[in-house]
This record gives sequence, structure tokens and C-alpha cells, in this order.
Amino acid sequence: MELFPSNSNIKFMDARHATVGVFVALMLASVVFLATKGFNYALDFTGGTVVEIEFEKPADVEAIRTRLEAAGYSSPIVQTFGSGNDIVIRLQPPEMKEDAGPEAAPPAEQAGTSILNVAQSPDNPGTVIRSDFVGPQIGNELALNGMYAAIFVALGFLAYIAVRFEFKFAVAAVVATLGDILLVCGWFALNQHEFDLTVLAGILSVMGFSINDKIVVFDRVRENFRLLNKLEPREVLNRSINQTLSRTIITSFVAFLTVLALYLYGGNSLKGMAESQMIGIVIGTLSSILVACPILLLLGVTKQDLLPKAREDIEAELARRP
Amino acid sequence: MLQYATWKYALAAILIALSAFYSLPNLYPQDPAVQIAANRGGAVDEALMLRVRGSLEQQSLSAKSVAIEGERLVVRTTNPDEQTRVADFLRQDLGSQYTVALNLASTVPSWLSGFGAKQMKMGLDLQGGVHFLLEVDQQAAIDKRANAFADEISGVLRDGKFSYTSVSRTADGIQVLLAESTDMQAVFAAIAREAPELQLQADPAQPGRFVARLTPTLIQTIMDGAIEQNRTTLDNRINSLGVGEQVIQRQGDSRIVVQLPGVQDTAEARKLIGATATLEYRHVIDYGNDAIRAATTGVVPANARLYYSRELGPDGKPRPILLSRRVIVSGDQLVNATSSPDPQSGTPAVQIELNNAGGNRMLAHTRENVGQLMAAVYIETIPEVKVVDGKEVVTTRVSEEVINAARLQGVFGKNFQTTGLDSQQEASDLARLLRAGSLAAPMVIIEERIIGPSLGAANIASGLNAVFWSFVLVLAFFLVYYKMFGIVTNLALLLNLLMVVAVMSVIGATLTLPGLAGIALTVGMSVDANVLINERIREELRNGNTPLASIANGYDKASGTITDSNTTALLAGVAMAVFGSGPIRGFGITLILGIITSMYTAVSVSRGIATLIYGKRKKLAKIAI
Repeated sequence: MELFPSNSNIKFMDARHATVGVFVALMLASVVFLATKGFNYALDFTGGTVVEIEFEKPADVEAIRTRLEAAGYSSPIVQTFGSGNDIVIRLQPPEMKEDAGPEAAPPAEQAGTSILNVAQSPDNPGTVIRSDFVGPQIGNELALNGMYAAIFVALGFLAYIAVRFEFKFAVAAVVATLGDILLVCGWFALNQHEFDLTVLAGILSVMGFSINDKIVVFDRVRENFRLLNKLEPREVLNRSINQTLSRTIITSFVAFLTVLALYLYGGNSLKGMAESQMIGIVIGTLSSILVACPILLLLGVTKQDLLPKAREDIEAELARRP
Repeated sequence: MLQYATWKYALAAILIALSAFYSLPNLYPQDPAVQIAANRGGAVDEALMLRVRGSLEQQSLSAKSVAIEGERLVVRTTNPDEQTRVADFLRQDLGSQYTVALNLASTVPSWLSGFGAKQMKMGLDLQGGVHFLLEVDQQAAIDKRANAFADEISGVLRDGKFSYTSVSRTADGIQVLLAESTDMQAVFAAIAREAPELQLQADPAQPGRFVARLTPTLIQTIMDGAIEQNRTTLDNRINSLGVGEQVIQRQGDSRIVVQLPGVQDTAEARKLIGATATLEYRHVIDYGNDAIRAATTGVVPANARLYYSRELGPDGKPRPILLSRRVIVSGDQLVNATSSPDPQSGTPAVQIELNNAGGNRMLAHTRENVGQLMAAVYIETIPEVKVVDGKEVVTTRVSEEVINAARLQGVFGKNFQTTGLDSQQEASDLARLLRAGSLAAPMVIIEERIIGPSLGAANIASGLNAVFWSFVLVLAFFLVYYKMFGIVTNLALLLNLLMVVAVMSVIGATLTLPGLAGIALTVGMSVDANVLINERIREELRNGNTPLASIANGYDKASGTITDSNTTALLAGVAMAVFGSGPIRGFGITLILGIITSMYTAVSVSRGIATLIYGKRKKLAKIAI
């Protein structure tokens, strides 16, 4: 079975101004969203307390809120979820005074059990399903570590591709990949879906996936530059995209299927991760087809970039043939 | 025409067999169990086993088995509710001589575990429990040590009869103003003798002023010490709480992770974390017959208190010891305790350093008591929560234990050592306990997570469900799209799953929900290798090559691309494992393992399978791809 014609020759490179233009516009929009709306950071990053309690009977949200306020919790957010018996309570992180040092941090009242004791009533006892308290000092650090990880990955990509291919290829692949990440971030800023640690993990894995696609295309570009050395770079790039088109789309489709399974069956705590990966896979695939090669062309790639290596390789290839 | 070396087949067969063998333990469900360990004064033996069996029967609590496993008595039950009931009952019944803890007992048969095959550990998000992240205030530890150094410098100046204006703490060390700048050389020499760790620097702008700095290595040692000290006390206390498989680990520079599977009530755990241990040096009045008489009759001399020693007497019980009511030195006066062999005799020893106040008291005591015994008492205040008439009552149990009693060999002040220890191990244990009893740097809880058991069970179900469906969708797609080569790919994928599970089990990785997601995603990413190969084979066929040549070329040409694309994906996994914490790390580790095993299964094993199917046929007209 084949879904794609084997001899496709779509003029991707002719449309490069349009495709890159659209991509740049989307990136700008992402920056705007990130600047104006920002992420809807989850507890992991902001600090605070979230407690999920399952009650025996449908719970009275208003009464719980009143009880919590009476017990000295400032502006608690109380919501039901799932069946009416399940309640989620959110609290702001405790105020930290400057220079107070860590001693001032978490009062025992932030603990899940203390909150449960206040929230439940004798005629409607509850049990804690999940409770998270995160101190305010952790959030920044986690965000920072996420940044370090992304930078490490980008530099690692740059170095590896520069060694295995050539510097222009490295720049084109990394720029396109970072663009993909920016769009995914923009998506999360636009719809204000919660941004937690698993979403961060998802985004980092999208980097891996996205660069993977670009490398496969570039690998073919490299091969074609050596084989078809009479053709214009533009034509070489176009052929390479077409030759790898079927593979690119099928791989992405299969990867998308697995992530879709995560999204549908993986439960609530994996939804954010799966969502970032689904968006990332779609964007990464499109940018591998439509953006990466135009950037390469923009950087002025020629067959000379690969030539010294190419001669050796051809000789080796000839020597190997019987 | 298609070739796959015999040794490669052999390797693949061995790896498949090993993977299957080491994945196998995961099929044995664990028993919810209650484990009983002996504290001081208790023993795990036949008698205890019969006693527990008898009392469980009396309460009509059913147990799958009651048996001594290793050094513990393990009561296996059939379900978690039963487990809780048994544990609650035994805790009351056995009292403080035994520690009763919940755990999950392995049912892996010995023919598997004998070869190191074990089950994957489940993370807290899958089995429920509490997680604390504690931050140790290292600045407090450094301040304490710097103050001790300031004391010491003052002492040196006084002893040497150098006149000085002030000794004060500054941000970067200890500032000293001497009255006579000509004393500088002599003062430096004297301080270097007493406190060689300090870095001394004269101020060229101001004669007579110098700064004693704590070197970065010294600061590092102090910080490591502060963490280690807190970790030790936590370890001691949490053991008494009776949690089966707690994790108490250092994380990063200043943090300690505490994970208590199966625990739901954080209040109790929090109290333990807040409690403190301390230490006292006391004069020994009698460590022989008088003490034994006092212990049996209960009549204690007026100036003495009765203690028990860690050391066991001939009857196998802790030895009684009579100590003076007066404390010589207490834990907050202890600066440091380290274990290293005695420089003279080479026997195991513990070097102890007190602050100036402690040193003076010690000096006064030793002047009059050379040849007498002195004991170190380790005191721990363990909060206990009991339910009385339906109300929680918090009581504290103070455990006092003589950890060492040694004869004073001479007159000494703030620096001395304890020798006569049986082994280096004993020396390091003693040093550890002494440090734990000194004033520890304060700790605060900066993260606390509770995962209820029902959520854990739901997470396992949804995680496995997700992995199952991701496999089903991918396998179905490949079967339809690549026909026979789809089967080859699918076999490689399934083998990949088996290998990831085997490796994770063997290295003792912890399985978490993001880890399960990582396994699912590995499936999605590793198929890339096979898509590349299969697409190449199709391309070769279209170019007019024979089927067999196409298969061979397809594998050869795709290999380079696969290496490049997987290496970069691997980089992303490494970044997550290195920089990430919690869920990110678990995800990163499974991703790394999955990518590595998939490179082997997708490229090498699938080629072996393809060769097995097509290799023997000399004239192959058509392949199903």
C-alpha cells in the first residue's frame, strides 16, 4: 500500500517565500502571545498548594470555601471536578519575606492533611486523592533548568550536525527546530492551557523529534549534492524534499498515533505532555518540509560545502563496487 | 545473496533470551505485606513468629503467610485493606520493641532472583505515598562553624598573650585587629598551628588588620557535612516510623528528598522531620556490678542516672550503665567528629572537636578524672501519635542511648579522640552519630506531594492503557502499509519493548507515569528507523533493482541516516535526564534506553528477520512491501 506517489515533484522551493513568510509571521505572533499573555504556569512553577479530595457525598463548594476562610486560608479557590463528590482546592503560595531565608517558608497548614481536616465535615468525610505543595523557591529553578536543558540540546545539535554535515546545515536545522519550539510555546500561551513540568518534557522531546525529521531531509540533500552535482542547489533541495516526503509524513503520522494514544488513554496528568507533542509533531513535520531547506538555501549552501568529503566518499564508493 | 552472519544470529538469540528472562519478574504480582524488624531489646525468631501467628488467628485476621525472611518477619496478606488491618493490630500488639512497616513483598521465585532478575520499582505516582523535598539551611551551618573559628582565634590570641582590639565575623571570614602590627608573623604561625584550614591574609592598607577566610574546600566540606548530618538523623527517625521502602537521598547541593511509599498522613512524617537529636558527654559512675544491681533492683544512687549502652551484655540485652547527673559537654558544643585511624597506633579512632566553651569544660573535667570512664549519650526525641478515644494524642518518646564509653587517657581540651573501637566501621558509625547529635543546620520542607492509593492505581491503569493502544495503533498501521515488512518491523518493535523493560528492571530504574509515556513515545520515534529502511527498499525496487539487492541496499543506505537522527534524539533525552527533575528525568531515562535498544532492534534484528524470511530463496521475484 502506498499513500504517496513515488515520483512526486512538488515545487516546494518555488513557494519558499510564502511558506517561510507564513512561518515567520506565526513566530512573531507566538512572541506576541508569550509577551502579552504568557504561560498559564502550573503549580510546579508558581508554587502553592493543590489538594484533590474525594468526599463520600456531593460536596458543598460554598461551605468548604467558608470553612477554609474561617480557618485563615486567604482566597482559596474551590472547584468540583469529575463527579460532584470530587473537589479541588487551590491555595496561593505562602508569602515569603525578603531576606527571611528559608525558615519563613512553609507553614504546616499548607499540608494536604491539614486542609482536608478543615474542608471535611463530620457528616461528609473525605479522603485526599492527591495533594501538592510546592514552595515558591522551586519554581524559578525549574524554569531555569528547563532553559538550560533547551540550550544544551540546541548547542548539542549544532555541534553534532556541524561535525557530521556542515555548519550551514547545522544552523538551518537548529533554527528551524527552535522555531518549532517557539510555535508550540505560542500555542500554549494563546489558549492558556496549563504549562507544567510534563509539558516542558514534551517540548524537549519535540526538539528531538523535530531535529530528527530535518536530519533525514538533510541527509538526502547531502547525498544528492554528491550524486547530482550538475543541478542547481535549489533543484537538489527540491528533489531531496520530494524523495523523503513519503518517509517524513509516514513517520510523523505513526508518531502522532502513539501520542494520540497517550492523549486519549493516558489520563489527566499526561494530557499536557501529549498535547505539546501532538502540536510539536505537526509543526515539526511541516517545517521539515517547508522551512528547513529554504533556510539552507538562504544561507547559500552549495555543493562546494560538502566537496572535500564528497570526493573521498565517491572514491570509497567506487572501490567498494565490484 | 542476503547475508546475516551466524554470530549475529547467536547474539540476537542470546539478547532476546536475556531480555525475556529479565523481564519475567514483572509478571509476578507483589504481595501487600507487613514486615516486622527488631529494635533494641527485641529479637526476630521462631517464638515471635508463633506469637504473631497466634495473635493474628485470635483476631481472625487472615494472612497468606507468616515467615522469617532474611532478618525480618514478614506477614503476607491478600489485599491492601487486610494489610492495613494487620499492621495496625501488630503495631499495638508488639509495642516499641519492634518496628512494624508496610511493604510490598516480592513473589519472584528464587530461580529468577538468584540471577539478579528483579521487578521494576514503581514510582510514588504509581503506588501512592508521600514525597518531601527538604532544603537544608547551609548558611546556618557555615555561620556556626565560622563562629567556632572566631572563638578559636580569640583563644589563640589570648594564649599567646597577643594584645588585640577585636575579633569579628565579616561576610567573607573573620576579621582580626591586632594592637601591635609587629605581632602579625607570630600570630599567623600560631593560628596556622591551631586551625590550618583557614586562609590568612594581611590587609596591606591597614597594619595590624588581617582576615581569616574559610577556603572554598572547607565551605564545601561544611555544607556536605550539614546535608549528611541531616540525612543521617532523618534516616534514623524514619526507620522508627516504620515505612518499608523509604527513599532518603541527597539531591543537588542543599536538598534532601524523602519518599515514603504507602504513607498517607503527612502530619506524622512532618513531626519526625522537625524533631531534633542531641548528644551529651557524661561522667561514668559505674559500668559493672553496681549498674546491673541498679537495673535489677531499680534503686539508683542519688548522684547518678541509669542508662543503657548500645553494647550488648553477656545476656544479649543492652548493658546498664550508671552516669553522673552532671553533663560535661552537650551536642551544641560539638563542632565536628571525623573517623580516621589513630596516627600513633593505626587503630580505628574518632577525632572530636569542641568549641571553646566545650573545650574549657572538658579541660576542667579531665584534669580531675584521668583514668576514669566518660560516656557519650545520644538522645533522640521521637514524637508518637496515638489514637486515644478517637482523638489524636501526640506524645514524645525520648530514647537515650550510650553510644560509647571510653577511659580518659590524659588531660585534654577541645580536641581529643576516642580509640579502642573494634573496627573502622564502628568508628565511622560513632562519628556519624556524634555529628547527628551536634546542632544540625535547620531544614524546611519546600515541596510536599501526596498521591492517594486510588490515584496510583488509576495512573497505572491509564499508563498501561496508553502504552497498549500506542502499540496497537502502530502495529496495525505497519501491517497494512508494509505487509510482510510490516511484520518484520512489528517483531522488531515488540522486541524493543521487551528489551526496554528488561534493562529498566536490571538497572533498578523506577517506573513512573511519565516513564510509561516515554515508552509509548519511544515506540513512535523508533519506528522512524524502520520507515526509513522500508522506504529505501521501495525506492531501490522502483529503481529497478532485484528484490534481494533492494533489501540489502535499503538496509545499508538507511543505516547512516538512522545513526544521525537517533544520536540527535538521544541528545534531547540526555538533556532531560541531566537537567530535569522528577517527571522530566523519568521520561528522559526511558527515552534514552528506548532509543539505544531501538537502534539495535530496528537496524540489526529486523535485518536478521528479513534475511530469515527471504535470504534462502535464490530467485525471488517479488517481495511484499
